[in-house]
Amino acid sequence: MSARQDAIGQATASQRIKDLAFRLALLACLALAIGLLVVLLVDVALDGVGALDWDFINNFTSITADKAGIQAGLWGTIWLMGVCAFFIVPVGVATAIYLEEYGDPTKWWNRLIELNIQNLAAVPSIVYGILGLAFLVRGPLSLGNVVLAGGLTLALLVLPMVIIAGREALRAVPSSIREGSMALGATQWQTIWRQVLPAAVPGIATGVILALSRAIGETAPLIVVGAVAVIAFNPEGLDSQFTAMPIQIFDWISRASNDVNNYRPLAAAGILLLMILLLAMNSVAIWLRNRYEQKW
Amino acid sequence: MTIPLTTITPPAKEAAPPEQQTPREPIFHLEEVTVSYGDKAAVRDVTFDIAKREITALIGPSGCGKSTLIRCLNRMNDLIPSAKVEGRVVYHRQDLYGQEVDAVEVRKRIGMVFQKPNPFPKSIYDNIAFGPRVLGMKGDMDEIVERALQHAAVWDEVKDRLKTNAFGMSGGQQQRLCIARCLAVEPDVILMDEPCSALDPISTGKIEDLMMDLKQEYSIVIVTHNMQQAARVSDKTAFFTVTPEDRVGTLVEFDDTETVFTNPTDTRTEAYVTGKVG
Repeated sequence: MSARQDAIGQATASQRIKDLAFRLALLACLALAIGLLVVLLVDVALDGVGALDWDFINNFTSITADKAGIQAGLWGTIWLMGVCAFFIVPVGVATAIYLEEYGDPTKWWNRLIELNIQNLAAVPSIVYGILGLAFLVRGPLSLGNVVLAGGLTLALLVLPMVIIAGREALRAVPSSIREGSMALGATQWQTIWRQVLPAAVPGIATGVILALSRAIGETAPLIVVGAVAVIAFNPEGLDSQFTAMPIQIFDWISRASNDVNNYRPLAAAGILLLMILLLAMNSVAIWLRNRYEQKW
Repeated sequence: MTIPLTTITPPAKEAAPPEQQTPREPIFHLEEVTVSYGDKAAVRDVTFDIAKREITALIGPSGCGKSTLIRCLNRMNDLIPSAKVEGRVVYHRQDLYGQEVDAVEVRKRIGMVFQKPNPFPKSIYDNIAFGPRVLGMKGDMDEIVERALQHAAVWDEVKDRLKTNAFGMSGGQQQRLCIARCLAVEPDVILMDEPCSALDPISTGKIEDLMMDLKQEYSIVIVTHNMQQAARVSDKTAFFTVTPEDRVGTLVEFDDTETVFTNPTDTRTEAYVTGKVG
């Protein structure tokens, strides 16, 4: 009774049922995940859309809920992202270039650096907050609870992401490009700077934007490094005190609300604004990738 | 048919251009060259001379080390950390692997064309201009680009779209672009590592014609799997094989191409060129 010689028949009924059940289970998981997200977004949108207007963006926070807005948080976030980007682009790209183009992966110290970067990407953000507090706000640098300290803390937090994305982008440039360039008598640095890096820019830019969109929602490390919740001015420089959108949202949520002063719509509107910023940034990242990605 | 190459000082070429009839003037002298990756030798104890303004073909079955060997001639093997070269590779009486020799300087004089066309993801113009720019060559860049493309017999096909991306060219055009890119930096020698293996017969024919033209001014070394190609274009042929005992590449025979193909000394060469093995 060799199966090989039997006529090719249909799958048995039980096989077909198992197949169908498995597919339904997968669909159910997907529906659960998407469903939760939709419920969350709709709930926030219903609460917040009424409060999300020009006044909300243009006003500072206030003890009167009606007059409160997110201007200080918005500008604080913009400053933080600026500092963060200014730091992570050069440091992240340089590290990625070292590890990908120069570092010999058979040497133990390069492997150690690599392992550490992988691990750093998984460290909880509050730990970076403590690091920022101990070394940037107080301690050796003693910057105080200012924009520079907050931005650098966020930069440290997302730096591993940028390095990893940068390495992937560099690795995607085929070695035939490096060989072609070197064979013309270009030095390794000329090859990297004029051939490899330009070809990797779309991937690196995508990584940087995704890293910033991670940083923009971070709350815990900013609380630790001393972002101020109630503040009625925008940062004026790197040494200004600051707040940020997630801090502001957190503050509104934690206030007791009553009929006169209802902060809940404000918090929801803040969340909506943050979501819009985030989606916009991610859209730019996707567009960049699709538009400029090199097909080899 | 010597197109004056440029106003730029040509790299270390010997004085007056010799007549075709002058005796063979060696440009490379290989002496007991062994190349290994890690502990494993890829090709062992190779000794022969490569003459100026000739086409020298390296042929042999897969794994015989001919590609490894050609990559020694411009120190491309330096890019592979585990590669080690022993013996002497003498170029114009200078040891290429000598202490004072910089690999980047070597590659400025000894260009290379690869198996798979590898244009840069840039415009056709920038592909050619890259080399002269990084080498700091003086002169009118438009002129350098045009001359290189004409020299590589691809100018007429691309002159109207110099600013378009080189990835839009056909495979054969891309390979001629890569040759043009190499010519633009005015090397002394051109190494070609199976330059036609990714191309169709018509493109292959164009590249072979081009090689015949180029040998008026350049010394060319070509690795090829295609014996007809070696027989058609080359002046000298080096036949390599793999030793059956320890699978290391070794030079079996080096002679005039005609001799190698019609009257080889070694029975292994004869078996290979007549198609009995390999």
